Amino acid sequence: MSRLIRMDHTGHTTLARWTADDPRAVEAAVDAFRAELDRGYFAIVSTGEGQAEQVRELPIGADLVIMRRPIAGG
Amino acid sequence: MGQALPELAGVHWRPRADARRLRRSGALWTLTTVAHVVPFVGAGIALFALEPLTFPVGLMGLAHAWLIPELYAQRGANVLRPRPTTAPAAAQQRSAGLLGDLVGHEARALHASTGLVLERGRLGAWLVGPAGALLVAPGARRVHCHCIGVKEPDLPDGDRIAHLLLALRADEEGFATVANLTFSGARWRVRRRLPAPARPALDAAVGAARALTPAAA
Repeated sequence: MSRLIRMDHTGHTTLARWTADDPRAVEAAVDAFRAELDRGYFAIVSTGEGQAEQVRELPIGADLVIMRRPIAGG
Repeated sequence: MGQALPELAGVHWRPRADARRLRRSGALWTLTTVAHVVPFVGAGIALFALEPLTFPVGLMGLAHAWLIPELYAQRGANVLRPRPTTAPAAAQQRSAGLLGDLVGHEARALHASTGLVLERGRLGAWLVGPAGALLVAPGARRVHCHCIGVKEPDLPDGDRIAHLLLALRADEEGFATVANLTFSGARWRVRRRLPAPARPALDAAVGAARALTPAAA
């Protein structure tokens, strides 16, 4: 089962779970994903060992999609 | 290359970092340090040669020559210094769990003992902490200290590291561009300024960077 999580003050929060063959769960995940983008979060998925990719659309086949806040030089 | 970090828009005036630019920044840092040190040392020696009774002034000059590079190195080491956190213990633990899922066994063990995550990249071996990242350049003689973080006051440390780690993995050169370079110089100068628990992490990063050749970057 795929998961959409947001890193936040609790450690992380699971926003949605879905499987590719469940259209209603996918739709709910897409809605949650877009809502987080609208809140200023960025989405990122691991694409292999030591590799990750920024995404603008929910990758339905990904195991884990993580929402992160912007980073900045201190 | 995948998609560039969106945060690059906030530093659009900066040229994109790469291995060549990092080497040049390192050389400029060394040049700047020499430019700070040489006049103080030279003035101290010249004063003593002209009039030995001026030795207290000369000693002050030598002290400046020693202190200025030390302050720079301290500034560099500060990027890996633990910061006080307001996150509750449960959130800290939960964030450490997520971070553990993102890294391998070796990095997970290192994080548990030092609070830092080792990540091998194309620019070198990175040590990532909650408030910054230190890059050990290939060959392991030089380190570049980067101040970078998430502006969220209540975020637990594991999430802070995960934010940086994921951004680093998505766009390493973009990450080095967004970060503020606080120091570049010899690794031994930073190592002795690090908190003792963090030193094994630097040693591990040095080992990883030694396996990289400068030409590979």
